[in-house]
Amino acid sequence: MGTQQATDGRPPGSEEHPAGAQVEVRGVTKRFGDATAVSNLDLDVAEHEFLVLLGPSGCGKSTALRLIAGLDEPDAGTIAIGGHDVTDVEARDRDVAMVFQSYALYPHMTVRRNIEFPLRNRKVPKAERDRLVGEAADALDLADLLGRKPSQLSGGQRQRVALARAIVRRPALFLMDEPLSNLDAKLRVQTRAELIQLQRRLRTTVVYVTHDQVEAMTMGHRIAIMSAGVLQQVGPPAEVYARPANVFVAGFIGNPPMNLLDGTVEVGGTTLAVAVGDARVELPPALASLAVSTDARDVVLGVRPEDLTVDPSAPLRATVAVVESLGHERHLVCERPGGELVTSRVTGDDDLPAVGEELGLAIRAEGVHLFDRATGRRIGP
Amino acid sequence: MTAPRRRSRRARRVREALLGYALVAPALVVFGVFVFYPFAKNIWLGLYRTPPFPGLPKRYAAFDQYERVLTSPEFRNSLRTTVVFVVATVPTGIILGLLMAMLAHQRLRGITIYRTIFSSTVATSIAVASVIFFTLLNPQVGLLTYWLGRQGEPSLLDDPRWALWAVSGVTIWQNLGLSFILMSAGLQGVPDDLLEAAEVDGAGAWSRLRNVVMPLLSPTIFFATIVGSILAFQAFGQIDLLTQGGPLKKTNVLVYAMYDAVFRQNNEGKAAVLSVALFAITLVLTLIQLRLLERRVTYER
Ligand SMILES: Nc1ncnc2c1ncn2[C@@H]1O[C@H](COP(=O)(O)OP(=O)(O)O)[C@@H](O)[C@H]1O
Ligand SMILES: [Mg+2]
Repeated sequence: MGTQQATDGRPPGSEEHPAGAQVEVRGVTKRFGDATAVSNLDLDVAEHEFLVLLGPSGCGKSTALRLIAGLDEPDAGTIAIGGHDVTDVEARDRDVAMVFQSYALYPHMTVRRNIEFPLRNRKVPKAERDRLVGEAADALDLADLLGRKPSQLSGGQRQRVALARAIVRRPALFLMDEPLSNLDAKLRVQTRAELIQLQRRLRTTVVYVTHDQVEAMTMGHRIAIMSAGVLQQVGPPAEVYARPANVFVAGFIGNPPMNLLDGTVEVGGTTLAVAVGDARVELPPALASLAVSTDARDVVLGVRPEDLTVDPSAPLRATVAVVESLGHERHLVCERPGGELVTSRVTGDDDLPAVGEELGLAIRAEGVHLFDRATGRRIGP
Repeated sequence: MTAPRRRSRRARRVREALLGYALVAPALVVFGVFVFYPFAKNIWLGLYRTPPFPGLPKRYAAFDQYERVLTSPEFRNSLRTTVVFVVATVPTGIILGLLMAMLAHQRLRGITIYRTIFSSTVATSIAVASVIFFTLLNPQVGLLTYWLGRQGEPSLLDDPRWALWAVSGVTIWQNLGLSFILMSAGLQGVPDDLLEAAEVDGAGAWSRLRNVVMPLLSPTIFFATIVGSILAFQAFGQIDLLTQGGPLKKTNVLVYAMYDAVFRQNNEGKAAVLSVALFAITLVLTLIQLRLLERRVTYER
């Protein structure tokens, strides 16, 4: 392998691992003074996986990433990379590469020197260095910019230099902290696709931090959702979307977000229903049996906007407050008698109700999500 | 259509120029009275030889006096002494200040106490520093004399081999606080994420210092070197208080020589020539600084 010289300083035993190490985070906690940034985090990342850490700003994503990188030390717990416990290993010996939100390019070095820096630190001989820099520069279309300083580059170019610097020594683990957040919308979509291809080609394990759920849904093999330092759910995008584990995930994933209505479980005749205000929403049989088995009477009823359809005869009444048109779909934002807002997604060219019109909203039976109001946890599969 | 507009534009330009001159006028007056006039007068003084006894007329000597003073062994001694003094004090002060700044940059418990101590000499003046060290170097009761095992010998300040180094030491000590503060500010200007990126890129402490910190700190170091040198060329207070240019003129730096010329030798003409020489040195240093400031890349983030 071409990068054998680059193994100096790696933890013992990791010299020959394939490009792509698994990560095991066990019970990791990090406090800053009184504040707990990351609380008892358990997380497994498989070899060659693209895992996205998703959550609102301040939820501890960056801290979790920095703990894996070795830039912060955990107050409790262990971290293993490629099967080796690295909890006490310094960042520079962990064989990880990181792309910072600010890119953190060295302003006094040319693009070439920036990309070369990790190789120089590992005493890779010059010929080898030139070859690897050339490959990385080609991969990211930087060959013409190698002589420039970072200040002479556009935002997108800087971002590519940061990526090149990260991939140049074929790390086993690739950490990225919101690498696209400083790009404009169009470039972001383009770079997103390039990143996905890059990861597929290099087969490096990636842990990718973002607060943007579209990035998470489109890029991640799996998504790990955090809130207030606590991991909420880990799963493939489709599963996280289809079966959010709790009220937080339900409200965070999806755009527009899931409608969450407080309700009470009621037994009525042969069926089970949830009373939402003065309306009764009948539960499908599968969910009904589960709802019976838990003691929760106070629940949160979740319905995605696409599962909420206009139906004049439906018992759930609301008044149209805003109609948003996105071209390919419209969002009806409706006000419930209590003042709650619910959103319905309408596709197609159906005649839209006018603002101020009162209408009924029907819930598709398969689209009902039920959460225990006390714990926030999902009831049912 | 265009003619009146052009005329009004010219009128506006004139108005703006007048306003500009009006705004700089007060500054020009102050500079004129306190800088430009004394400066011109000084050059003119250098052209006249001061008579040996007051009351006799000054004699016009053209550049004769410049030549005589600037080629005299006394001037050469002063210049050499001053350069040695600058070279001894400025780099040492910056290196020590940088080391202390790096120590204090660590995130350790109680580090603010050290920061306060390290920067405390800015609260002293060179006069205070001189008095403190004069006492410490006292041949009978001085603590430093005792530590150096020099009891019974003359004070370092009276020893021709050591006087200049002793005065340099006092100066370094007094400048240390400022140097520390400058270097700390410079270090704080090195973004944390660059150092963290370097760490992930496999750089050890030494590599981070050499490849990231020092290049980003070099403008600060350069600034401190030039400004420190200019100030060191103008050193006077510590010499006057500690050695009066002696022993054997070993600490007779330029500004002290000037003072000596005016107040001991009553030779204004000679002092004027010396001060023009000092001006030339300062000018060269300033030009170097301006040139490099211009060329300096602004590292935008
Ligand atoms: N160095 C630090 N010192 C003190 N508090 C910090 C530090 N880094 C992060 N925090 C706190 O930890 C929490 C999580 O921060 P962070 O991991 O940066 O969040 P995210 O990346 O998800 O936006 C925040 O409340 C933040 O204020
Ligand atoms: Mg962050």
